[in-house]
Amino acid sequence: MPLTDADNVVMDSIINRYPRSRSAIMPLLHFAQSKDGYVTPESIEVIAKKLNLETAEVSAVATFYTQYKRKPVGEYHVGVCTNTLCAVMGGDAIFAALKDHLGIENDEVTADGKVSVEHIECNAACDYAPVVMANWEFYDNQTVQSAKDLVDAMRQGNPPAPTRGPNKLPTWKENSAVLAGLSDGRANEGVQAGEPTLLGLKIAKEGGK
Amino acid sequence: MTKLTPVLSAFWDQKDSFTIEGYKRNGGYKAIEKALSMAPDDVIQTVKDSGLRGRGGAGFPTGMKWGFIPQGDNKEHYFVVNADESEPGTCKDMPMLLANPHVLVEGIIIGSYAIRANHAFIYIRGEVTHIIRRVQQAIEDAYKAGYLGKNILGKGFDLELVLHVGAGAYICGEETALLDSLEGFRGQPRLRPPFPAIAGLYARPTVVNNVESVASVPAIINNGVEWFSSMGTEKSKGFTLYSLSGHVKNPGQFEAPLGITLRELIGLAGGMRNGNTLKFWTPGGSSTPLFTAEHLDTPLDYEGVAAAGSMLGTKALQIFDETVCVVRAVLRWTEFYKHESCGKCTPCREGTWWLVQILKDLESGKGEAADLDKLLDLCDNIAGRSFCALADGAASPIISSLKYFREEYMEHLRNGGCPFDPTKSTLFATAEAGAR
Repeated sequence: MPLTDADNVVMDSIINRYPRSRSAIMPLLHFAQSKDGYVTPESIEVIAKKLNLETAEVSAVATFYTQYKRKPVGEYHVGVCTNTLCAVMGGDAIFAALKDHLGIENDEVTADGKVSVEHIECNAACDYAPVVMANWEFYDNQTVQSAKDLVDAMRQGNPPAPTRGPNKLPTWKENSAVLAGLSDGRANEGVQAGEPTLLGLKIAKEGGK
Repeated sequence: MTKLTPVLSAFWDQKDSFTIEGYKRNGGYKAIEKALSMAPDDVIQTVKDSGLRGRGGAGFPTGMKWGFIPQGDNKEHYFVVNADESEPGTCKDMPMLLANPHVLVEGIIIGSYAIRANHAFIYIRGEVTHIIRRVQQAIEDAYKAGYLGKNILGKGFDLELVLHVGAGAYICGEETALLDSLEGFRGQPRLRPPFPAIAGLYARPTVVNNVESVASVPAIINNGVEWFSSMGTEKSKGFTLYSLSGHVKNPGQFEAPLGITLRELIGLAGGMRNGNTLKFWTPGGSSTPLFTAEHLDTPLDYEGVAAAGSMLGTKALQIFDETVCVVRAVLRWTEFYKHESCGKCTPCREGTWWLVQILKDLESGKGEAADLDKLLDLCDNIAGRSFCALADGAASPIISSLKYFREEYMEHLRNGGCPFDPTKSTLFATAEAGAR
């Protein structure tokens, strides 16, 4: 991560959010991924220097959390929930079909660098099962076919918008910046809720009180 | 019929429910005017009197937690919200924050004022980018409106609120692991005591509350203790979000008084899909022991579920019909606990690994009958023998499934493999059946 002056300003602003600087490790690692797509050995050194820590201390944190990648992922990183409920509802079938369709295994990237796949754990959207995440945006109620169509569109550079998310799917690097706490101005895009979220309210309003 | 009580979800159907304008139009930020005019101790007493209990799983009384913070100690206090919602099946806090992040911000202002904290954090899981956008925007808008920052509403109270984004670790939903993670370490649980109320974030007195618990506070301040405690049951007061997922016709969120039953909730969800039969379910996420059809009328409050041998947990009701193999379901949860074990305590780190090996053999029909008792023996050596409850959670699905479905495990051995067809459990199978 070769640092520009602007990057230094951003990193300092991240550090200044916290009463103690070490707390900034996680957002700084997200920020590093927004620059390089993954956590490089150079980023570890930069962050360690910024926080006055040993590189081993930063590495220890970077290797603990699964969202920090130690090798490049695709421009679109696709996570298929295969925890029990989603797996049973079709997540297992979707994950198997995507690996076969793309010719890659778990945690691998297509040769064009566009798409990587990973099986993920419960993503807090069980009423929308089976769930597929792309760059950590929600694609609800997926089928084998819809998931294949999704990755095909990604490879053509034109993925559909997430079900509950911004109007256009950001890239992995763009969304990593959001995870670092840097606004992309898209909070107001997309729906406020999907149908399952509103089901109880709807029944209550219809008199099922 | 038990009444639904949309309070938190009351205006989620308005397109701009997540904006500060939408929240204020629906009465938002009125509760802080009231709360900040009260003495902090009176705010704590109000929350105590309401009977509000933690909605994140353990059910600890929220007001009592606030009351544990030592006052006049000349130390910084911290108010931390656990938005790391990751318990399998749990899907209430994330849709709430997507639809209305401001109610959490308002609850945080009230809670921080009550415990006399000038710094608060929301620890949110990292795999929910759009929800992170919404919460970040809400915080920025609350600052602009003068609800955060210096001298809030001219009442002389200062509060800084920081959104901290996690990076994929279930264990950080455990409050002491969360604090370690927030301090910039690997997220590993701490040995207690000391509890966070005495030595939490940066070794300072700290409250850690679940999103829904904190979000319930503004309504209590606005409407009063009697209003809140008129809902629910004797020891489980108020309303809460029940999340139905899986093999019901219409999965979703249902906000109801504590004590509603699964039979009632399945009715609201349109029944089981295709008229299928309920086989097993979790009352509050995968860490709560499984229930079966015999528990359809168990009151879903803290006491009712505990008396029936499980835990209310996060009220994440994952519904599985007769097409689902319980061994497959339990193996998958066990793989999850193995993957998410932080590695600090040997019984959990090594034990969950062995549980997976044995369950894999059993599922594929390669195991033997003695393995069933070996599983229970292992669970006995894992649960209660680690720093945190992840280990207990790992044992729950295994012990409870062997209690109710031992014969199904045996059938895998006799059959030389799984007797179930996984395609019949899928959502697509439902769609095909529906099309016919």
